[in-house]
Amino acid sequence: MSQENTKGSGTAEQKPTFSQGGVPTTGHSWDGDIRELTNPLPRWWVWAFYITAIFTVVYWLFYPAWPVGSTFTKGVPGLNSITYTATQVDGTEVEKTTHWNMRSKFMVEMNELHAAQKQWFDKVAATPYDQIAQDAELMQFVTSAGKTLFSDNCAPCHQAGGQGVIGFAPNLTDDHWQYGGAYEQIEATIVHGRRGYMPAFKEIVSDEEIGQLANYVLSLSGEPHDAGSASSGAKLFQTNTAGCYACHGADAKGIEGIGSANLTDKIWLWANIPELNTPEEKLKVVKTIISGGLNRGVMPPWEDRLKPDQIKLLTVYVHQGLGGGK
Amino acid sequence: MDVSSAKPALKHIPIVTRSVKGKFRNFKTAVMLLAYSVYFLLPWMPWSRNSAADQAVMFDLDTRRFFIFDLIVYPQDIFWLAMLLFIAAALLFFTTGLIGRAWCGYFCFQTLWSDLFIWIEHRIQGERPARLRLKSQPWNAEKVMKVGGSHALMILISFWTAVTFAAYFSYAPEFVVRLFSGEAAQAAYITVVVLTITTYLAAGVIREHVCTMGCPYARFQGVMYEADTLAVSYDARRGEGTAGRIIPKAGLKTREERQAKGHGDCIDCGFCVQVCPTGIDIRDGLQYQCISCGLCIDACNNIMDSVGYPRGLIRYDSERNLSSEHPVKPHLEWKRLKVWGYALALIIATGLLFYNIGSRSDTEVTVQQTRQPLFVTLSDGSFRNRYQIHIVNKTEQDEVYQLTVRGIPAESLNIGDIPQIRVRAGKSLTIGARIDLPREIAITTQAFDFVVQPSSPDAEPLVVQTNFNSKR
Repeated sequence: MSQENTKGSGTAEQKPTFSQGGVPTTGHSWDGDIRELTNPLPRWWVWAFYITAIFTVVYWLFYPAWPVGSTFTKGVPGLNSITYTATQVDGTEVEKTTHWNMRSKFMVEMNELHAAQKQWFDKVAATPYDQIAQDAELMQFVTSAGKTLFSDNCAPCHQAGGQGVIGFAPNLTDDHWQYGGAYEQIEATIVHGRRGYMPAFKEIVSDEEIGQLANYVLSLSGEPHDAGSASSGAKLFQTNTAGCYACHGADAKGIEGIGSANLTDKIWLWANIPELNTPEEKLKVVKTIISGGLNRGVMPPWEDRLKPDQIKLLTVYVHQGLGGGK
Repeated sequence: MDVSSAKPALKHIPIVTRSVKGKFRNFKTAVMLLAYSVYFLLPWMPWSRNSAADQAVMFDLDTRRFFIFDLIVYPQDIFWLAMLLFIAAALLFFTTGLIGRAWCGYFCFQTLWSDLFIWIEHRIQGERPARLRLKSQPWNAEKVMKVGGSHALMILISFWTAVTFAAYFSYAPEFVVRLFSGEAAQAAYITVVVLTITTYLAAGVIREHVCTMGCPYARFQGVMYEADTLAVSYDARRGEGTAGRIIPKAGLKTREERQAKGHGDCIDCGFCVQVCPTGIDIRDGLQYQCISCGLCIDACNNIMDSVGYPRGLIRYDSERNLSSEHPVKPHLEWKRLKVWGYALALIIATGLLFYNIGSRSDTEVTVQQTRQPLFVTLSDGSFRNRYQIHIVNKTEQDEVYQLTVRGIPAESLNIGDIPQIRVRAGKSLTIGARIDLPREIAITTQAFDFVVQPSSPDAEPLVVQTNFNSKR
């Protein structure tokens, strides 16, 4: 900055200089020659400032803005109202109108989403099971919507992929169904839930007889066993003393109506036999189940938690989407 | 506080250009007519289609398909855009290396729309002196009518520019009706309003500042210049002589008189400055503001003709030739490594793009294995793997596909109860498939192929290799 014309100017007697090296000053001077430069703000900046100032006023009209005590200004009703449909705990739907806020914006979007999905849910509800499975485009919707419903409601026990947990929840992807794998049976299972039970046999038969029965059960699915003991077990299985056949059937293949296990296949729900290494361990686990019984096969009913169209969609998802339906 | 005497940081001198006639002006006008014809008429061009509106060029965002005549571009083809951008860049570098900023001067839309708007000003307000007079006079009826009229027309053209842009994204005849009846999508209105404002501001108000202050190309195109690059140049040796340029006055009228006194051919008429759309003086040498439009060449040639001097005082010439001891006729110097490099990149990229477009299959198949669980043990001890098969039909007709397997028994494939895999034109479908293999086969099978055969005649089957998992 040029300093050449600062000397001898700006004293009380002299007229203040309004320019300093091309830059204007405020006209005030101190100690004779100290002056204040005034570089004006760029015009565009000043205008931008005015516009933002006006914008804040518009903002107050449309959005929640000022805190007032324990509440806040909510803008002008009518300018910024949002109306959405909310589902209450008892399942009834109510319309709600509020001032602008993120949650109601979210609710409006959810309403729109549900409206977009409705045509598909309606189609699922109106179509018989076997025809849904024949409609490739409808199945595409069932697979994607079912995955979400399954993840929200079923996955905590049956796992995200429906593979279940041995000793806790059945695998829904295989071809074995305790209570039947037809559409109607799966739907009944979801609606009403299930409760499996096997009595303890330690008071009924001797320890040796339990060993015979366990060897027989292992022999049915081709696991290592003692053949002599197993043949004794086979006889005991059909007697009224042990009475195994009453629930598991004379062919030991289980009865879907009561959810008794098929003992002849390779699928194990309560004992993880294929993963055990020695015949002794396998025998021990089966013996434990026979002597102690089972009271763990509980699935809760879902008719109060899911809508009928959701249950129907889930049924198709489990039957077709997971791939194990009969 | 005296603000009025403040000197603004950047003083804006409005540029009022003089119109000019000549071959560069004609070329610019021809390019402009061609570009506007294509831009404004293309959305209205009909084209027979099966699965979409009958529009030759339509970027359909709803169904995520870009229709470009008989080519349909799907989101999966996004890398074509990358190749196209690379080609555009290589082409820009190539031409810049050869003949300077030809893009800026003749083809850039900022130049095209500015040119049109300047032409409007010229038609309504008159030639440069009339416009200067209008600018300096107070606001009266004449000024309001003429200035207001030309800006109203600019806004109208900007509006139609915006509507045309939006029409590329929707079936134009229906879109325009919906737009004016208030039934078009919100995005359409936002697009039209924003583009109208930006087009008007950029070409009608901000003009050359877009090039000099906003445009990155203007700044970096300079690095592609070489000494051999042809650029709009003032022949200072000829124009200035040894004693500098001077206006013709008594004793300095003819070329012989001027040369005898050491003056050059430039008669300092200033027309080259007056016609310049960025308001520079080309006689100061190559400047980053120069968009290479050649209008100063036209202006100077006209003056040279009228005073009877040879043309070409301002011309396309290279830096090397201008400073050479023995200047030759200006010519394209293409035997340069840089030019060859750009050309090679351009040819390879263009070839790849065309090869890719030509060899694209009408069907796209992706197979995703269900990983939770990776395999299922069935009651008879066999193993099941499950797959999600995604088929995209890129044709304009509904298509039926046959799904088979290769490398494992045919009957091990099961796609549920779906009787037929039918995919609508331009759509995709995901179906679930199961593969059940007996234990003996499963433990020796690590991979197999899905084969998707479109039913249309002479369609090639698509083969996707995938894994099979089991407990080995």
